[in-house]
Amino acid sequence: MAQPLIRFRDVSKVFRRADGRGDLMAVDRLSLEVGRGEIVAVLGKTGCGKSTMFNLIAGLIEPTSGQVTVSGHDPFRNFEFFRGKIGIVFQGDRLMPWRTALANVLLGLEILDANPARAQEVARGWLQRLGLNGHENDYPHALSGGMRQRVSIARAFAVDPELLLCDEPFSSLDEMTARDLRAEFVRLVRQNGKTAVFITHQIGEAMEIGDRVLVCHRPARIAFEARMDRAAPAGTRERIHKEILDVLALEAPPGR
Amino acid sequence: MTGNPRLTRVLQATASTLGIAALWQVASLFFPHYLFPPVPDIVARTAGIVFSWPLLSEVLVTALRIFAGLLGAFVLGAAMALAIGRSPRIEAYVTPVLVFLQGIPALSWVVIAIIWFHGIEFRIFFIMVVTTLPAFTFQILDAFRSMSKDLFEMTMSFRPRRWTLFRVLIVPTIVPGILTAWKVNLGNAARVVVVAELVGATGGVGYELLRQQQLFDMAGAIAWTLQLVLFVLVVQQTITAIEGWALRYRAVSERAI
Repeated sequence: MAQPLIRFRDVSKVFRRADGRGDLMAVDRLSLEVGRGEIVAVLGKTGCGKSTMFNLIAGLIEPTSGQVTVSGHDPFRNFEFFRGKIGIVFQGDRLMPWRTALANVLLGLEILDANPARAQEVARGWLQRLGLNGHENDYPHALSGGMRQRVSIARAFAVDPELLLCDEPFSSLDEMTARDLRAEFVRLVRQNGKTAVFITHQIGEAMEIGDRVLVCHRPARIAFEARMDRAAPAGTRERIHKEILDVLALEAPPGR
Repeated sequence: MTGNPRLTRVLQATASTLGIAALWQVASLFFPHYLFPPVPDIVARTAGIVFSWPLLSEVLVTALRIFAGLLGAFVLGAAMALAIGRSPRIEAYVTPVLVFLQGIPALSWVVIAIIWFHGIEFRIFFIMVVTTLPAFTFQILDAFRSMSKDLFEMTMSFRPRRWTLFRVLIVPTIVPGILTAWKVNLGNAARVVVVAELVGATGGVGYELLRQQQLFDMAGAIAWTLQLVLFVLVVQQTITAIEGWALRYRAVSERAI
């Protein structure tokens, strides 16, 4: 593997339940590495702790034990260090309703104190690249779900981050739109030499996007790992697909 | 009515106002004029105030007192709301005080202010602030708490500085609450200022109302009251226009509820 950008060492995360019914272990002694320039798809059933992993990498929550590092720094404690280094595409588009499409893409650049003229140029460029020409001044409510998600992708790419985190970004879209956006996303990640962690619960999506697919069992721990070799002999993908299905089927339903 | 909804609303409001005026005029035919003065008399007295600078200045004094009081309460209330929103400890100490203040009638504050303070303007300012402060605080706090967790996390993912977070997320989130608070408190402030002026001032609409009562002049009392009502209506319309502009991003359904 190339020089790791993300490293989890025996990471656990425990949440205290709001209703007082004890603690909930969301991540259990997880260890993994993600290399620079790699696209890793993390696959697992709903509630398996994928999003907790995601929030740990993003530095939005702190591990209960163990160590998470991104570029050798703790993303929670060295929060400021990662300004402009991590771009996130969330499950929902999370666009600010009071900002136009252009202003939403400009958000990260504004936060990074980018030169306003240069920021405008960059934001417009990303909207154009994602096929949103002519929609710069539209408010989110006037855009379709697919268009809004494109704006959120543009917003993440606009800050030129080293690492892209995607939390089931296309799960609420219809299959055709999701397929187009997936292809577009992979092209942009590779073209711009980014590292990406892509969280999904769809096997097909994980295999299509990832250089590597990690399958999580509850509480988030790696139950299976597969490298997706595009030049692999016929039948390899089908075999991996079946293996993933088998691993997912092994897991007990939530609550057990 | 018409194809233009705004024009329709104006016509409907005009029709209901004219209806009340007509009923009043009918009443003036059957009751003594010191109880129900004729509508033309009221209109003449109202116009007399508008076109006489010494009288109009009394209305403006009241308007300034309302503005000053509301501005003071808004600044203090916004600061308190943000402090409460950020700190459960501050909330635990401040909220019971605000709830307690809410229970004190405006008239009690008038009496307290007269006993405590000498200056008329400071008395009125104090009464205005203390009576509208809880509503401003609670409304802005509600708006702050309605801030979307998703948008907060999304914004935090860019690692903003505190001031930038305030500018790009918190302010736009609380703007609708601030505008509502101004609209609601404007009506309250207009009522409270009249009581404060009635009891503790030597000028303004409240003081003029006291004079009309001493003269048993119903047309004058209504004319002065109308000045305040018109002022409130104009400011309400201004706030509504600002609201329309500031919240223009909101989608509007073609089907009414």
